[in-house]
Amino acid sequence: MLITNLEIVPGKRVAKHLGLVQGSSVRAKHVGRDIMASLKNIFGGELRGYTELLQESREEAMNRMQQQAQAIGANAVLNIRFSTSSVAQGAAELFAYGTAVVLE
Amino acid sequence: MVDLIVLIILLALGYGFGRIAEKRHYKSIIARERKFRNLYVIAAKFPPVTSPPPSSTLVTGSVVISVDYFKRFLAALRNLFGGRVKSYESLLDRARREAILRMKQQASELGADMVFNIKIETASISKGRKQTVGSVEVLAYGTALIPESVAVGGSTSPGIR
Repeated sequence: MLITNLEIVPGKRVAKHLGLVQGSSVRAKHVGRDIMASLKNIFGGELRGYTELLQESREEAMNRMQQQAQAIGANAVLNIRFSTSSVAQGAAELFAYGTAVVLE
Repeated sequence: MVDLIVLIILLALGYGFGRIAEKRHYKSIIARERKFRNLYVIAAKFPPVTSPPPSSTLVTGSVVISVDYFKRFLAALRNLFGGRVKSYESLLDRARREAILRMKQQASELGADMVFNIKIETASISKGRKQTVGSVEVLAYGTALIPESVAVGGSTSPGIR
């Protein structure tokens, strides 16, 4: 499946628009990572655990979006956007959405 | 009294390690920015029409980065007087440049020569603790355009477009 955040695909024509597809994933951090993070809050620097965690959950959100697109028979998702929001303390929601299309 | 000593120790640790970490990070950012100078990142929505058309794919780069204790203390002081909070400015600058670099890294591994329609998103992660900013997440994403010659043949010199 082709995923892009452009509104077009170079060299290909959109045969059919299938509407919005979306995927989301809410993740919380576990305690070990929180302890490391509070140490890093003193010294500064990158929080690798969090970077990975957020990356994983973003991939999951994208996977869910792709599954949705596949289920309605799309072969590409255009104009994809990401958004992140912290729902509660210690948990974040990662959300991906885009337009499912059929490319020729 | 004990509290004061702990505070001073934390400030000293934050100042020392934070400065070293920031200096090292900037050094590596500058080095990698030089390395990827030929990979253009463009914030336009429509790529130029070329023949044969390039293949395209989404690339992302993200980083979570935290400010040190000393800088947070400075920022809290700033809150009293108002004005530029330099300690957070450098935090966000580092985070953005790092996210863009990671995205470029991914794009260059795919053999792309341009990244189009880049979007940058910033989110504050640990908001709960004492109402401070603490750490931020920056995500950069865009569409990498891979020239057809690279996608098919697999080997061309990087300068040719």
